[in-house]
Amino acid sequence: MIIQALMYILIICCIMCLYRIYAGKTPADRAVAVDILGIIVIGFCSLLSVSTHKGFYMDIAIAWTLQSYIAVLAIAKYLEGKRFDE
Amino acid sequence: MNENIGYFFLVVGVLFNLFGCIGLHRLPDVYTRLQAAAKCATLGTCGMLFGVLMINGFGPTGMKAILAMLFILLTAPTAAQALSRAAFRSGIRSWKKHGPEESEEEREIREAS
Repeated sequence: MIIQALMYILIICCIMCLYRIYAGKTPADRAVAVDILGIIVIGFCSLLSVSTHKGFYMDIAIAWTLQSYIAVLAIAKYLEGKRFDE
Repeated sequence: MNENIGYFFLVVGVLFNLFGCIGLHRLPDVYTRLQAAAKCATLGTCGMLFGVLMINGFGPTGMKAILAMLFILLTAPTAAQALSRAAFRSGIRSWKKHGPEESEEEREIREAS
């Protein structure tokens, strides 16, 4: 019950991030919103692992953390105007 | 361990996520938005993972939660710093209350430096 209410609140957070991706003035705004969307997905995985009593959702959370970090670093390098191997 | 403490931390983490997203929605500038976003990452999601640890105890799931928490605490400030540096170098100026043109005090500061 309480887990379901928390999931609805996180869906509202996701909608706010998607609006920022749609309406952001600069590319950096959109990059920040994509970063936060990945962080919210990690929180969603932890809520699912509590509600279903399965452990493998935490594996998904760890993998998603590292993947989101590398994606954000790549986007930052692209915004800076450099190539990826510099 | 104690389930009630775990649910308390889950609620606190979700509320921090909500406040961070409201900040992302309402604040005027990339840099201020990054400040709200870093709160959302470190306090919100790490609080939720700490709640998972409290609910499950130090079993396999709890250890995975500790590992994810460690990764988030290492990577989220680094990502925020890289994004702010990229935004500064790509020429985005910070938000001013009285419009984009600079006042006399700011011009004096810029010429003195």
